Amino acid sequence: MPAAPLCELPALAAMIPDGAKLAVPSENSGVAMAATRELIRRGVRRLHLVCVPVSGLQADIMIGAGLVSTIETSAVTLAEFGPAPRFTAALREKSVRILESTCPAIHAALQAAQKGIPFTPLRGLIGSDVLTHRPDWKVVDNPFQAADPIVVLPALQPDIALFHAPLADRYGNVFIGRWRELLTLAHAARQTLVTAERITERNLLEDVERSPGVIPALYVNSIAEARHGAWPLRFGVEYPADERTIESYVAAARTDAGFRGWLETWLAHDSVQALA
Amino acid sequence: MSAPFSPVELLIVVIARLLEGCRHVVTGASSPIPGAGALLARELSGGALRVNVLGATRNNSFTNGGVELFDLAAQGRIDAFFLGGGQIDGQANINLVGAGPYPELEVRWPGSFGSAYLYFLVPRVILFREEHTRRVMVPRVDFISAPGVSASNVHRPGGPYKMVTGLGLFAFDRARSRFCLESVHPGHSVQDIVDNTGFDFDRPEDVAATPPPEPEVLRLLRRRVRSEIADAYPRFAASLPG
Repeated sequence: MPAAPLCELPALAAMIPDGAKLAVPSENSGVAMAATRELIRRGVRRLHLVCVPVSGLQADIMIGAGLVSTIETSAVTLAEFGPAPRFTAALREKSVRILESTCPAIHAALQAAQKGIPFTPLRGLIGSDVLTHRPDWKVVDNPFQAADPIVVLPALQPDIALFHAPLADRYGNVFIGRWRELLTLAHAARQTLVTAERITERNLLEDVERSPGVIPALYVNSIAEARHGAWPLRFGVEYPADERTIESYVAAARTDAGFRGWLETWLAHDSVQALA
Repeated sequence: MSAPFSPVELLIVVIARLLEGCRHVVTGASSPIPGAGALLARELSGGALRVNVLGATRNNSFTNGGVELFDLAAQGRIDAFFLGGGQIDGQANINLVGAGPYPELEVRWPGSFGSAYLYFLVPRVILFREEHTRRVMVPRVDFISAPGVSASNVHRPGGPYKMVTGLGLFAFDRARSRFCLESVHPGHSVQDIVDNTGFDFDRPEDVAATPPPEPEVLRLLRRRVRSEIADAYPRFAASLPG
């Protein structure tokens, strides 16, 4: 089996075409911020961004930079740093279309894609306006029990999954530990692109302690090494959020002009020193 | 004579009291006060209560990814969870999407998160919103992220149990689809609550005052819980009295 090729960040970003349905994880797992910066440098357009199941700084920057035409998400927030300013502004100006979702719906719809089935049932939702505004979701009768309406969702197959992982090997295997939504995401997506803090020469599947937390190369199309690749976001136990840089973003991104200025500095910035 | 405490510390203690007897409590996104309340309840339970704080690394035992929380809820393995709302109405409908007629919103909030699902499935959903004003406590929410009650044919083992705000504590009666005021926090009055609530609610003739934190509970909060919640909410933890 051919190994997933290792490549440089710009080459990785070049694999994401205009109009792609691109899925990215929440800030609780690995957000590929260094790759996001490359995507912006490249100026990819008209993305359908799928947040698994929510996003924060990454989605906000991508929206502000004009990369996104549709966002499918359960929420976008900068969490302890407050509301997501460019997301909020884009919805107000209707420059981005939103598909409102709820976290388990995104997980379940990805799981349907993972299984290769057309749809999946999900509890809850009935009587919510989330359902009202999703004409692609339907309520059906439980075929096994009378008087039990249940929502069904179509499978969600992203064109590309993009995330950051702590470790990958030169054979294309990616260690994700217990962030198993990344495994589901890689199974569901047509292509998976990964950035990793470190690349090891050792085959991760031969490591009995690590192998249960590994996405095998079978699902992985390309890997680029990116030290501090989630910066300025926190990355698991490896590094905390760079609060100064995120605060500088929050202050600047209140206005489009402020955002443009911040973005220019960030794009020109190739280290992980805090932005003032 | 009780020790001085901050309003946030009182809310943490009120939440911890509501979790008595639970076996497993989970707190979700953007929930530092419920997270601290749950961790405090764990300390008080002598280890009988399991707590999972979303976004934490230490206080989080999930190994099956983001879906595990929702699978646990559907199986009845979570006793209590917390939801909030930019708007909450008298039927306990919650709105996390925005104010104004959707999609022409005047104000946009983050989004519904897992509310449209967890509200149906977790037996004790505690609504928590620090701000208690007519802007939040509205006659009718503009967008139903999750409904307070459902038709009888809808599978719904869970739903609203209590509501904790910066002014008081309410119980929710699912059969009558109404809130009932249980206690008023120190420094506030029933009239304050009436004045700041945009919907009608029940109340007994004499409404109790929310008991202040017991000194030993406050000590536990400051000594143990503050450092535990810092794992998921470092900025919040730093804002708590030490």
